[in-house]
Amino acid sequence: MGRYLLRRLLQLIPVFIGTTFLIYWLVWSVPGDPFAGKCGERPCPDSFVNMMTDKFKLDEPLVVQYGNYMKNLFQGDFGQTFGGREIGDIIATAYPNTLKLALVALAIEAVIGLTAGVLTGLRRNGFLDNLVLVSSLFLIALPIFVIGFVAQWLLGVQWGIVKPTVSSEMRLSELIVPGFVLGSASMAYIARLARTSIAENRRADYVRTAIAKGLPMRRVVGIHLLRNSLIPVVTLLGTDLGALMGGAIVTEGIFQVNGIGRQVYRAIITKESATVVSIVVVLVLVYLLMNLLVDLLYAALDPRIRYE
Amino acid sequence: MRVSKRASSAVALGAAFALVASGCSSSDSDGGDAGASSDGAITIDGTQPEVGLVPSNTTETGGGAIIDWIWTGLVEYPNDGSAPRNAVAESIETTDSKVYTIKIKKDTKFHDGTVVKAKNFVDAWNWGAYSPNGAQNGSFFADIQGFDQVHTEDPDGAEGPKKAPEPAAKEMSGLKVVDDWTFEVTLAAPTAVFPTKLGYSTFMPLPDAFFTQGAEAFGKKPIGNGPIKFVSWEDDVQIKLTRFDDYSLNDKMKIKDVNIKLYQDDTAAYNDLLAGNLDFQQQVPVSAIAGDKWKNDLGERAISSTTPSTGIIAFPIYDKRFQNPKLRRAISLSINRQEISDKIFFGSRKPADSWANPLTPGAKAGNCTACQFNVDEAKKLLAEAGGFTGELVMFYNADASHKEWMEAVAQQVKTNLGINARAEGVPTFAVFRQNINAGKMTGMYRAGWQQDYPDVENWVGPLYVTGGSSNDGKYSNPQVDALAKEAASAPSLEASHAKYAEAVALIDQDVPSIPVYFGGQQSGHSEKIKKIELSNVGELDLTSVEL
Repeated sequence: MGRYLLRRLLQLIPVFIGTTFLIYWLVWSVPGDPFAGKCGERPCPDSFVNMMTDKFKLDEPLVVQYGNYMKNLFQGDFGQTFGGREIGDIIATAYPNTLKLALVALAIEAVIGLTAGVLTGLRRNGFLDNLVLVSSLFLIALPIFVIGFVAQWLLGVQWGIVKPTVSSEMRLSELIVPGFVLGSASMAYIARLARTSIAENRRADYVRTAIAKGLPMRRVVGIHLLRNSLIPVVTLLGTDLGALMGGAIVTEGIFQVNGIGRQVYRAIITKESATVVSIVVVLVLVYLLMNLLVDLLYAALDPRIRYE
Repeated sequence: MRVSKRASSAVALGAAFALVASGCSSSDSDGGDAGASSDGAITIDGTQPEVGLVPSNTTETGGGAIIDWIWTGLVEYPNDGSAPRNAVAESIETTDSKVYTIKIKKDTKFHDGTVVKAKNFVDAWNWGAYSPNGAQNGSFFADIQGFDQVHTEDPDGAEGPKKAPEPAAKEMSGLKVVDDWTFEVTLAAPTAVFPTKLGYSTFMPLPDAFFTQGAEAFGKKPIGNGPIKFVSWEDDVQIKLTRFDDYSLNDKMKIKDVNIKLYQDDTAAYNDLLAGNLDFQQQVPVSAIAGDKWKNDLGERAISSTTPSTGIIAFPIYDKRFQNPKLRRAISLSINRQEISDKIFFGSRKPADSWANPLTPGAKAGNCTACQFNVDEAKKLLAEAGGFTGELVMFYNADASHKEWMEAVAQQVKTNLGINARAEGVPTFAVFRQNINAGKMTGMYRAGWQQDYPDVENWVGPLYVTGGSSNDGKYSNPQVDALAKEAASAPSLEASHAKYAEAVALIDQDVPSIPVYFGGQQSGHSEKIKKIELSNVGELDLTSVEL
């Protein structure tokens, strides 16, 4: 177990370096001079372009720029945006907001998705099953921005139940609607996955045995059935946190959440590779750590799984 | 020209006619004391400023609006479009349009309590012009004598390996402080319009604190001299402003606090406006304009205004295919501007019929004969020009909403002239501008102009004079250049405007670009606001707001 963990953690290093360089290189491959569109319908003065080029050492080769960036990064300095903001500050404010939103989404999708999945898996082809089937198909088919706009307009503007946008305090009550919107597609997948998994294991020998032993139904489902059926669902949920954080761009825009989505979008448009890389680095780490956590959870769910 | 990050260009009503340079002390207007007793707070929409709030370094609308609010310049542009009037200036006097003596009002204050003196203007201008400071608006000081000594150009362009030489001087020789309340400006050449320019944000004074703190620190916590002072700035979230109680000039605030909510999406702001979460939105989203939805949503709270801005399609005249004026005129005549205004913009923008936007002082309405819709004449001219071979591509930047109208124009040219025309999107404004700056456009392209200061000069000099800062198509007509030069050095604004009218008549013959529509703005406010006015560039005039 310890060796396994160490090996997994060591694997992070090449992945980390590979992804950061790739992103650095990709941002500079996007065409467009960062200072060409800054001054409206007239070119920026040479003096401005020169000063910025000097300040950010943009005339160096890409590899040198990347090297400088990494050197500073290991000293805890994320660098500055072209507008003069500390990227470290941006990350410190934007990430917690996005994480908070993603966690709310994750909680909503886990609770609703799992409940729907278990209920329909146990009683297939009933009214509830059909209802969940249709509504999950609906959620998967609709693009997230449609769900977002409709929810914002109906709940926020027409009915006035919630405020249309999230305030800067990011209260939990304000995050329920955006969280639902963000988690809606995954919620549908989880319901379906859980349903299939439960339905399959429902006929497994060990469940039949448990029922035959006369265990109460609650125990059969809660301990025996659910524990085995959860493995694919946990895999999905685990990787979903990373996906939710990365995919929050649209939701953050609609509901005015000050998260990484807006920062990444702005940084890509303005070709601020240092900002893009810094934000994505943290995102990559979230993905990798969540994957690791999921792998470790398998053993808790299924004692037959061992780590070498 | 500020870059609007919004889909639509944002700007203003108003047309001033002539500037009485001296002795034009702004009299009463509205009694300033009425508001001092009442309090209240509003929340308005905004966007995160891209750089720190330093007047000579801000070119985009998000930061520009805030600078306009927290600073008052030597002159100010009245909301109703009448002549620019003195604000901080007591008088601006000249005998030859070359040497100006500027007296400022005594004892107006910066927000940190220090008094605004003549040297605050001189120091601020010298800082903005000094090229190593890299101010984005630095070139606005080019009129002043000695600018070439403090502002050096890169010998091989910014891209080249050579560095710009260190400027020979740190201060412009044309600026002289006479005493605490007087300074003298000597221009490199007579410029009648110079006093008009002084209301543009680049020319704002800077307190001594700017020079002790440095631009970066100052920009995060700016100190102005206007009716509203800066309180705090939470990046990407909000900027808070409050009334400056020591303000001694005319436009006092009638409310107390202003919270600028920094939106990333104009639809979110619009929904907040509808839900009563926001008190003012300068430009409602495009989606709300279709079918006049916004008017139904807002009723009497919808404000429709025209702005001194024009949507243009430009020709790369450096491309051989576009060098025949007859061809350019033919293309312009084949465009049905009325139809585009009605069908694409739902009447929110008016068809263009003159070269300089007619809301601008000195500009005349209807002087663009090439802006008519005349298919027969267009066909005739096209035949005389020898037709157009190959494909005619019209480029636009796809990161703002220009697709529909550019495609409509291309379709009209195709239908009416039989030219194989089509519109093509370039992904971002940065890529688009990069190609334009480099002179590498292979077809016609979308352009737009919004006045920096209210005078026809701003619509001719930068756009159509050889070497003008935004003459991207490299249009050049020696007669136009000569007339523009005469106009600039004319003894009075009237004489200057007459010369510009002559220059515009020549431009109309050459058709260096195609004006298509005049800008419009659709704003909305909440029920809380009782009275509201927009500035000459369509920004909210915070001093006019009454609850």
